[in-house]
Amino acid sequence: MTDTLFVLFAVVSVGGAVGVVTGRSPVASLLFMVATLASLAGIYVLFEAHFLAAIQVLIYAGAIMVLFLFVIMLLNLGHDYRADLKFGSWSLLSVVVVGLTASVLVQGITGSEADDFGGHLADPAAAAAIDLAVAEKGAVGAIADPLFTDYVVAFEVIGLLLLVAIVAAVVLAKPRGGSEGA
Amino acid sequence: MGEMQELTTFWFVTIAAVKVVAVFTVVMVVVAYMTLAERRVSASIQDRLGPNRVGPFGLLQPIADGIKNIIKEETMPGTAAKFYFVLGPALAIMPALVTIAVIPFAAPLPTPVGTVDMVVADVPIGVLYILALSSLAVYGVVLSGWASNNKYAFLGGLRASAQMISYEVALGLSLIAVLLLVGNVTLTEAVWRQQQLGLWFVFPLSLAFIFFLISALAETNRLPFDMPEAESELITGYHTEYSAMKFSMFFIAEYAHVVTASALLATLFLGGWDIPFWTGDDMYRHESGWIRGFDEAGAPIPATPSVLITLLTLAAFSVKTGFFLLLYIWIRWTLPRFRYDQVMHLGWKVLLPC
Repeated sequence: MTDTLFVLFAVVSVGGAVGVVTGRSPVASLLFMVATLASLAGIYVLFEAHFLAAIQVLIYAGAIMVLFLFVIMLLNLGHDYRADLKFGSWSLLSVVVVGLTASVLVQGITGSEADDFGGHLADPAAAAAIDLAVAEKGAVGAIADPLFTDYVVAFEVIGLLLLVAIVAAVVLAKPRGGSEGA
Repeated sequence: MGEMQELTTFWFVTIAAVKVVAVFTVVMVVVAYMTLAERRVSASIQDRLGPNRVGPFGLLQPIADGIKNIIKEETMPGTAAKFYFVLGPALAIMPALVTIAVIPFAAPLPTPVGTVDMVVADVPIGVLYILALSSLAVYGVVLSGWASNNKYAFLGGLRASAQMISYEVALGLSLIAVLLLVGNVTLTEAVWRQQQLGLWFVFPLSLAFIFFLISALAETNRLPFDMPEAESELITGYHTEYSAMKFSMFFIAEYAHVVTASALLATLFLGGWDIPFWTGDDMYRHESGWIRGFDEAGAPIPATPSVLITLLTLAAFSVKTGFFLLLYIWIRWTLPRFRYDQVMHLGWKVLLPC
């Protein structure tokens, strides 16, 4: 049952990812993206990472992609964009990038270090510890506890990084003096 | 006494299927009668009669409406994006119907094959599941507005996306106080905690309750926040171009959202299926059995699930949910519609601490 569901979600998420690139209009690409994110959430549930799955749907599919959709519609980009595409020397570069990425991925999947992420996946003790944490603290507490104790510095730094990005966006979007501004 | 007989896999799957069908049927019937209740209550508020011709007291009116909508002609605007036009109502109705699955609606029911939880799916993330799936509801509204290729529908869709995103933030923040008191996010635990405290969260957390109620009104696009379908400016907004059953699917989705929101309000703030002033119905899954609470020494007191308690708690839950359903209708026919900028101001500057 779990295997069947995994194959289903995997096919939908990979197919959706292909659809994002090949979709005929930005709206189609966006919906493919939502399908990919939602089936990734399904895979998280199969791994019993319920909280991650909920946050995946809530933040990515439910908020960020809706903002994307909002922008696509507000700027009236919902039409077929293929006429806008220009193929030149850039397409050669993209072939090189895709090839390099693919070789890294193949190396990662088939290489010698692939089968156990530092032994964590195969380690039954680690899995049991996770089960115990979920049973004791609930699905949210099991993530929140290490996040706000062991990894609190990394957590705060990421928060700062996002703040920097937001401030930068505000600065970029602000009209620059002159007659148009304010 | 209090010992728990675990269900075998066969019975677990069978009972889960029965629960899915039963809850779906009940929600659809409630939705159908919500439309009648809305018309009858609005009529009584406006001092007129409302639909009372089809069946006794107009009770068969929803069936007549359903048949009418099914046999009506479906129109498809010539300039619409056809695929998305059909996809829109489907995307709108799906999240509305699946969110009710995590709400516990009665005390556990003893059966010959084991004790059955009266909740379709007691997932570990509980209320987050509802927030996550209801955040997807906006796609149906926005896509149908865009696919209709009609400026009123489009404006309605854009307003809907802006409004639903804005109020999701307030909705999530107003829940924090509740989740802190519960100590977990599952709704079964929320009910249990209120039973143990002997106090419904609406009393200590009345501010959170009011914020949640307002945000839930906005999330379900009901008056006074029905900006996406404001008739006086947008005809009917995102479903302007829809007809027949596709049109009524938006209404089924809206009322199903209202039912879920009412059930959630009842569970989080009015103790769910808890019967007030009586501890005999308190029941929670603890280690190997069902317990009623802990005595002074901290030892668990076993509880005995019974059919009578299940029925009584189901009745208590229905009364509480019904109260909020009525409140929704009452608010709709009492308050005037906000202006769009007022809705945004309220969502971002009043409901959020700043």
